[in-house]
Amino acid sequence: MLTVKLEGTIGNFPIAADIEAGVGVTAIYGPSGAGKSTILRAIAGLWQPDRGFIQVGENVLLDTNGDIDLPTEKRRLGVVFQEPILFPHLSVRANLGFGMKKHETGWDGVIEMLDLGDVIDRMPRHLSGGEAQRVALGRAILSDPQILLLDEPLTGLDDARRAHVLPYLERLRDETTIPIVYVSHHRDEILQLADLIFTIESGTVTGELTPGEFDKKMRPNDVTRQDGAGK
Amino acid sequence: MSDPAVWSIVLLSLQVSCMAMVVALPLAVVIGKVLAGPGFFGKAFLSALVHLPLVLPPVVTGYALLVLFGRRGWIGSLLDQWGLGFTFSWTGAALAAGVMAFPLIVRPIRLAFETQDARLNEMAATLGASRARRFFKISLPLAWPGIIAGLVLGFAKALGEFGATITFVSNIPGETQTLSLAIYTLLQSPRGDSAALTLIGISIVLSFAAILASEWMANSNRRRLEQ
Repeated sequence: MLTVKLEGTIGNFPIAADIEAGVGVTAIYGPSGAGKSTILRAIAGLWQPDRGFIQVGENVLLDTNGDIDLPTEKRRLGVVFQEPILFPHLSVRANLGFGMKKHETGWDGVIEMLDLGDVIDRMPRHLSGGEAQRVALGRAILSDPQILLLDEPLTGLDDARRAHVLPYLERLRDETTIPIVYVSHHRDEILQLADLIFTIESGTVTGELTPGEFDKKMRPNDVTRQDGAGK
Repeated sequence: MSDPAVWSIVLLSLQVSCMAMVVALPLAVVIGKVLAGPGFFGKAFLSALVHLPLVLPPVVTGYALLVLFGRRGWIGSLLDQWGLGFTFSWTGAALAAGVMAFPLIVRPIRLAFETQDARLNEMAATLGASRARRFFKISLPLAWPGIIAGLVLGFAKALGEFGATITFVSNIPGETQTLSLAIYTLLQSPRGDSAALTLIGISIVLSFAAILASEWMANSNRRRLEQ
């Protein structure tokens, strides 16, 4: 379903990944600053590795040997970052519809799944953090992506809000067929959501674990937050 | 000075300034966007060129326009064949006003683009928006306050332009004699003081109105965001 092989550097920091994943939720787990987000940005076409091959389903997004490098807008991805990054000048409704093509369906289902009916006519500045993140999720899903890339989508929220949004992610996993790549440094989130986990340290993907193996191997507090940013 | 003469001067000035803005504003938006973007070969040169009229003596800018756009000028001689002469015509006054105002229009627009959150653009791309759609749906609407600021500054500058205009297209009543040129002419003549005062009053009112209009537009934009 998803193949990511890449090598590159950011400044002097080397990044290397070799990931094969099926449907369901694939997690990338590691401390802040380990390069998790960079791998996600590479899949999205927002960061260019020196060498790489990225394929989602049938579509090759990047192949540095074959000279393929689809621009971000042609990759058909849904991305949600740590911050919701809603378009501030557009209503929730317009934000949600931004990536939709004409005659696309699924609107009602997504609004219902994420409980967005009550906030649909608000402007983004009048949303709580949790609401805004749900809008960002809905916007990503409604763009009909081949794959969803979630980069620490709960990290910007406090514990109460996180507990509030997490069930929506579970519904998303269970009620849609879109494969999800989930980047996080939170052990609990990963255990709750992931079907397969890749661990990453200092820019390099070092392991591939099932949730059971992950639970045994990664004891709580193994990974410490260093800077609060999910780079 | 009779009322019709006063109004024809005011109307001509507005016509010249509006024409200057109609042409200069879209160009300033493009240049502002380019200058706010990533570096490229010649960016510093382009920036310097745009800002040149701000620091050059206006007479020099006017003379440069004469050399380029005059009837025997490099560009002017070509345009003349198409019947698009600028010399001694109100369109020439608009050209001079537009060039002089250009740096003032570009600056706030460039700043508005520069201070935009680049992640909004990335986000729009991940949602499948082409470069053009990202520009018209995200960058441009968010730069709106900067564009209004540039427009008002530029309009006020164009309205008051003097040196480049008089050098390039002279001071011809009814054709190139805008407010500033008319005030100057009246102040030179022995009994022109009272008429000059009328025109001075009008130019103060016009400038004031332009600033009020910009405040109003900025406020309505803010209200739109705060719904």
